[in-house]
Amino acid sequence: MSTATIVKLPPQETASLPKRSYLNNEYGLKSWLLTGDHKRIAILYLISITFFFFIGGAMAGLIRLELLTPQSDLMAMDTYNKVFTMHGIIMVFLFLVPSVPATIGNFLIPIMVGAKDLAFPKINLLSWYLYIFAGCFTLAALILGGVDTGWTFTTPLSTHYLNTHVITAGLGIFIAGFSSIFTGLNFIVTIHRMRAPGMTWFRLPLFCWSNYAASILMVLGTPVLAITLVLVVLERAIGIGVFDPAKGGDPLLFQHLFWFYSHPAVYIMILPGMGVISEVISTFSRKRVFGYTAVAFSSVAIAVFGFFVWAHHMFIMGVSNYSALVFSLLTMLVAVPSAIKIFNWAATLYKGSITFETPMLYAFGFMGLFTIGGLTGVFLGSLGMDIHLTETYFIVAHFHFVMVGGMLMAFLSGIHFWWPKMTGRMYPEGLSKLAALTTFIGFNLTFFPQFIVGYLGMPRRYASYPPEFQVMNVLSTAGATVLGVGYLLPMLYLTWSLKYGKIAGSNPWQATGLEWQIQSPPLTENFVETPIVDHEAYDYEWLAHQTEHEVQTVG
Amino acid sequence: MHFISPVLWQFLVNWLTHFALFPPEASGIAPYTDALYFFLVLISLVGLAIVALLIGLFSVLYRKERNPEATQIEGSTLLEATWTIIPLALFMVTFVWGALLYFRIYNPPTNAMNIYVVGKQWMWKAEHPGGQHEINALHVPINRPVQLTMISQDVFHSFSIPAFRVKREVIPGRYTTVWFTATQTGTYHIFCTQYCGTLHSQMIGEVVAMSPDEYERWTAGSTSGASLAQNGERLFASLGCGSCHSGTADSHGPSLAQVYGNKLQMANGSFVTVDDAFLRDTILNPTMHQVAGYAPIMPTYQGQISEEGLIDLVEYIKNLNSNYRVQQTLNTSQVQTTAPAAAGTGVVKQ
Amino acid sequence: MHDAHAEHAHAPHLRHHFETVEQQREASSFGMWLFLLTEIMFFGGLFTAYLIYRNWYYPAFVVGSHQLSIFLGTFNTAVLICSSFTMAMGVHASELRKRKELVGWLVATLVLGSVFLGVKAIEYHEKWEKHHVPGLNFSVQEFTHPSDKYKEEPPLPMDMAQKTQVYFSLYFAMTGMHALHMIIGVSILLVLIAKAWAGHYTTGHMTTIENFGLYWHFVDIVWIFLFPLLYLISRHQ
Repeated sequence: MSTATIVKLPPQETASLPKRSYLNNEYGLKSWLLTGDHKRIAILYLISITFFFFIGGAMAGLIRLELLTPQSDLMAMDTYNKVFTMHGIIMVFLFLVPSVPATIGNFLIPIMVGAKDLAFPKINLLSWYLYIFAGCFTLAALILGGVDTGWTFTTPLSTHYLNTHVITAGLGIFIAGFSSIFTGLNFIVTIHRMRAPGMTWFRLPLFCWSNYAASILMVLGTPVLAITLVLVVLERAIGIGVFDPAKGGDPLLFQHLFWFYSHPAVYIMILPGMGVISEVISTFSRKRVFGYTAVAFSSVAIAVFGFFVWAHHMFIMGVSNYSALVFSLLTMLVAVPSAIKIFNWAATLYKGSITFETPMLYAFGFMGLFTIGGLTGVFLGSLGMDIHLTETYFIVAHFHFVMVGGMLMAFLSGIHFWWPKMTGRMYPEGLSKLAALTTFIGFNLTFFPQFIVGYLGMPRRYASYPPEFQVMNVLSTAGATVLGVGYLLPMLYLTWSLKYGKIAGSNPWQATGLEWQIQSPPLTENFVETPIVDHEAYDYEWLAHQTEHEVQTVG
Repeated sequence: MHFISPVLWQFLVNWLTHFALFPPEASGIAPYTDALYFFLVLISLVGLAIVALLIGLFSVLYRKERNPEATQIEGSTLLEATWTIIPLALFMVTFVWGALLYFRIYNPPTNAMNIYVVGKQWMWKAEHPGGQHEINALHVPINRPVQLTMISQDVFHSFSIPAFRVKREVIPGRYTTVWFTATQTGTYHIFCTQYCGTLHSQMIGEVVAMSPDEYERWTAGSTSGASLAQNGERLFASLGCGSCHSGTADSHGPSLAQVYGNKLQMANGSFVTVDDAFLRDTILNPTMHQVAGYAPIMPTYQGQISEEGLIDLVEYIKNLNSNYRVQQTLNTSQVQTTAPAAAGTGVVKQ
Repeated sequence: MHDAHAEHAHAPHLRHHFETVEQQREASSFGMWLFLLTEIMFFGGLFTAYLIYRNWYYPAFVVGSHQLSIFLGTFNTAVLICSSFTMAMGVHASELRKRKELVGWLVATLVLGSVFLGVKAIEYHEKWEKHHVPGLNFSVQEFTHPSDKYKEEPPLPMDMAQKTQVYFSLYFAMTGMHALHMIIGVSILLVLIAKAWAGHYTTGHMTTIENFGLYWHFVDIVWIFLFPLLYLISRHQ
């Protein structure tokens, strides 16, 4: 690893945080809880999703502990079922879906387009309150005794064969869905209507394109989940028979409706992460992203195609051969734009001037792990292969590679990248590199054995398993321990940096993008004057010119 | 090796004796599944290697110390086309290959021997046409195609035999089928792979693949007496089906002899092939399957008959086909005619 | 010093994060249209279920549909269409800055909306009385042995009669969801009436009224679809 760095900080002896920023603009709990400032809302979200990440992570720890031995000996089987259900619900709906959009997206999108705030600040705050409300419902379901439907709420199990808190959990996710819808709605209107003069669509940072595509998915897909959950709750509460074969209903209809949202949901989760990677790769190679237009359009292509592949979760459920063919074909097509992005990012490195700060390390980790995860998706999209692989640990490994190896790494990359902007301080680079490496190693050790044990046939959601699967499971649990350490470290040193981190200045990474032309942390109103944009995104020559003429405002 | 700690030694022994990357290839289709898997693993490794190589190489060649000034490159349509078309082509190969494999696994040959499987929380019940019943076990002969016709009594389950590379969801309300030809004798895992509640991880069993001789001995030894079709004949009588389906010219309902496997014209003009699913659904929802030329007076038997009972009736109706009867005689077992405890010959009389 | 607002008259309703009133109006309108798009997807799930089950269980749907009062349904449709008219007039009054007229039209919309909900309550009560509420007190008696009122209806065989429960499940889910949206609309109307009376919407800034109008019209249009799909199946009189 080279020791060169791109970081340029103001001289630390004389540097200080700006006198006025969004953080000290107003004091008091009410100024935070009733704020309309998108940056404060982003911080509120960051704290909340970190809290839920911990709970979901604890659930994961319990799962891995149970799976150390082939017998179901750590907890009762019902408890295990509740643990993996809560792990799924919390991680998917309360962590992954809002992670990048509601924290980094909320913070940055108005600044990136040159606006003072999102289009609807009050709706933004409402979105956060809905998230908290949803979180409370979920915690209530957990504390009152748990829910054990699996995060997929399969009927008729969830409607007629369980006596756990299905309705509470279902309502919680229903509310979380509206939180997501309002965030997406806000982003779409902001990007359409509030771009600064000169900020054309093709001058937007790719982070905006990715979040825009994800927002389309949020807005169009989430309502279908909402109505599906309503029907499940009604069926449970009063007994309407829309999904009940005994009353003429069809449980397969639930599957179609559920996956119609839940497949686009995975793209909601990954697209904003891909946006982060574009920004980070560009900054740390000092180069415009290779094939800007291709990357921008591939985001939109993923969003569009993502709506037409849902039944690949149902290949073995008795869908007709013809629909299986169509969905498999479309699944192959949706894989292509992701491949395009990976190659474009790799090509961005060509003839760049590369440094290896922590965000870049996480981005490299993303590229490798997402490649594996995405390619294993192709395994699963291939019909005959899916028969053997579906419902096994191969699927578990696949989605953890894309969601944890991909999305979570992108989230950490983004948090580290924009930490100086959000807080005005740098995190400690040595420790952060260690954490990144630890996470990468821990992740691979945790999830790669799951591909193997999946092909061997070990099913998902099993508390006990045949003894020949133990070795792989032990490796996986060992990895999980390492991974846990890797996630704990940032919590610690990022908190530490709030008080003791070096002063970052407005542009420590010497990055392009409007957010780096304003102070760190930003003013409440973001810009002193409305920016006029006269250059393309990732214009490093323009940046060099700027630096020469010291046009940036400080403090 | 006494200086290695016992725990570590046990771990190593376990690993070396049990470590496998694939389940045994114990069915006719397994090598084909594994071949596709190898192909996919190969292109994944190549793809990953390319990405890793590019990242690694560029990181070394263009690190800041070595290349302080970046060269701005907008893009290259040729490159975009290349890395769009090549992955797309590979994915299309995967698609076609996978589709062919899928059709092979889910379209049984016509001479497949039928076994019925009923899944319920939390056990698998298998019923052979000769009347053999198994719980959490499945005895099959090798080198003969076996079709499983499956249904759930409650929630979604999924019947999986990793060694055979087959799996199918088992759903309430409709039959699903899968077939395989076991090629290697031995005992292999059966798993339920669709989360179905508390004892999901215990809804497991064993499939025992036996040589044809052993299989015959097993069927002889474990028959409970009446075959499924004989049970069906009893049910047919007790439920009063014969009063309408009497097979006479002026009967209220269509004759059921020769009906299985043939095309039937419905009251709305369409033609339907009579299969297991059709028979089952007509017994439960006769109004949705009105046959042309007959009054829609068949009552529903929903709530009066279990899934096992429906299977018995379906088997009985299948046996009314002389072709089918002959086939089943060849397929299931000659032993049925010599089974000591069997009442009658196991061959249904017209 | 910054003087971002000095270039143009700072309208009181201009939120600070918008550059111009024009931008604010366009953004609000766009936001409302997007929201309505999400509502279309929301109801879309129900319509999908309806289409599938109607295709499978047509005779049950016919008989179930004939159980609904076509008089009450038509009356409610007329009421809603009128309420859309009064709402549109309200928007017009807001544009013309006529405070009392605006309040009048909004109140009329409120009254009509409430009438709709009242009639719906009557219909639901009737369903309860006749044991047509799925899960809670459903009975297929009426369909296997039609009473005198429905003696033109062919009695359904038991298996198809059971399927009427699916029809009524969808009836309650769809009209219930619609009624929920009406209740939300009526609640917002109360707030709007109070604020309109105070003069908030007759200053030339009528975005709120316009956008609420869009919402109200949307809820009306959903009903326009629900009415024939639920009430008018195979009515040949």
